[in-house]
Amino acid sequence: MGDKTMTADEAVARLRSGMTLGIGGWGSRRKPMALVRALLRSDVRDLTVVSYGGPDVGMLAAAGRIRKLVAAFVTLDSIPLEPHYRAARERGAIDLMEIDEAMFLWGLRAAANRLPFLPVRAGLGSDVMRVNPGLRTVTSPYDDGETFVAMPALRLDAALVHVNRADRLGNGQYLGPDPYFDDLFCAAADEAYMSCERIVDTAELTKEAAPQTLLIGRHTVTGVVEAPGGAHFTSCAPDYGRDEAAQREYATTPWPEYAGRLLDPPAREGS
Amino acid sequence: MTVTRAEYCVIACAEAWRGDGEVLASPMGLIPALGARLARLTFAPDLLLTDGEAMLVRPDGTPEGWLPYRRHLEFVTGGRRHVMMGASQIDRFGNQNISCVGDWARPKRQLLGVRGAPVNTLNNPTSYWVPRHSRRVFVETVDMVCGVGYDHAGGARFHRIPRVVSDLGVFDFATPDHSMRLASLHPGVTVEDVREATSFALTVPDDVPPTREPTAEDLRLVREVLDPANARAREVS
Repeated sequence: MGDKTMTADEAVARLRSGMTLGIGGWGSRRKPMALVRALLRSDVRDLTVVSYGGPDVGMLAAAGRIRKLVAAFVTLDSIPLEPHYRAARERGAIDLMEIDEAMFLWGLRAAANRLPFLPVRAGLGSDVMRVNPGLRTVTSPYDDGETFVAMPALRLDAALVHVNRADRLGNGQYLGPDPYFDDLFCAAADEAYMSCERIVDTAELTKEAAPQTLLIGRHTVTGVVEAPGGAHFTSCAPDYGRDEAAQREYATTPWPEYAGRLLDPPAREGS
Repeated sequence: MTVTRAEYCVIACAEAWRGDGEVLASPMGLIPALGARLARLTFAPDLLLTDGEAMLVRPDGTPEGWLPYRRHLEFVTGGRRHVMMGASQIDRFGNQNISCVGDWARPKRQLLGVRGAPVNTLNNPTSYWVPRHSRRVFVETVDMVCGVGYDHAGGARFHRIPRVVSDLGVFDFATPDHSMRLASLHPGVTVEDVREATSFALTVPDDVPPTREPTAEDLRLVREVLDPANARAREVS
């Protein structure tokens, strides 16, 4: 069995411009920020980003790396409106596939199950249909005859996620209250890169934690990156909460100035 | 001590969940959250509440269940939920917008995005809370339909908008064409106040009742247990 450990820069070196990239976490929670920062150091661009958006989307949008975004929202949680994403939208800089949160989840599930679509009772009657003219509907073949949105699979070229613990083989563990959708992002992707707070021996994973914390299976993971503080400034319960001061600084600093600081040799990453 | 406008708003929000039974109350915003917890502590003891993150909790904070986002979305599609969302814009048939203002392709102001409004409105009862009732919120036409109104729902099986609560009163859609109706006025507010703050024609019954008075127990719970720091006064003054 292969050792999949690599650095954040090595993981990002495997990505190519024009890819469809899924990013795990939710809003400003357990985002793979060390991998996002590595992406900002690289010259990868023209990305289609699929994300329950937070500062990952804000930074990549500010840096002009996103051609198209698939999202239901972009938020910093404690700061409801993501300022850099907002500015990018208001200057017409990114193409948006705006869909509902559940449509997004059904799209990931369809991709993970190798289905072309899944029927979802969401979107009909709303302007999600108007702004996504490519969306189709499907009618139940049974007696109810109900019409649904046929949510297309959100198949990903690559996924980036961050978890609390992992082994060198790519088994990933979350220790906080919410898994978010990181397992689905990995299963929906051709390649998945998983950063973690700490790499441990496989036997350590279940020594104290229950087996259902083993969220991500190694068969869905291409590379493992040890990155302590790798979700900073987003939260990574129970290892740390959101760094609100750092988030405020990000939200209030003009991007060129912030990017200059950000792309300095990273202090908080173990890679 | 006289009852404040914010306290009437809490009462009006709490009443949204009356008779719902054993369902998840999902309040968004402070005053709806106070309303849901007040309902749970008084007339709706079977309601389920979350801690705002991934746990179902009793009013004292004791966890009684696990509700990460993926299961929360199943609660929505299973229908055993009544959400009260915010609205940056809402129109006379209950279409709601939280996505953006202006042309969607290049918005004047990018807001939150559609979030879960489409799935909410087609699957479980969805009420709304507007802390500052104005013509900018109660508009003729919303710029982006996120929450689906009665004229767009096409009679969808599970679509229902029980009420809209604002700092001026309570509104519902109990009219033949499901257009918005003034259901109650908070004490101190006139029909004229509401008309002036609303861009579209509201149905106003001949006799508009006042929003109900809080009981002594309601006031004790709100003031001493649920919101002793009076954060509610910052949302509605």
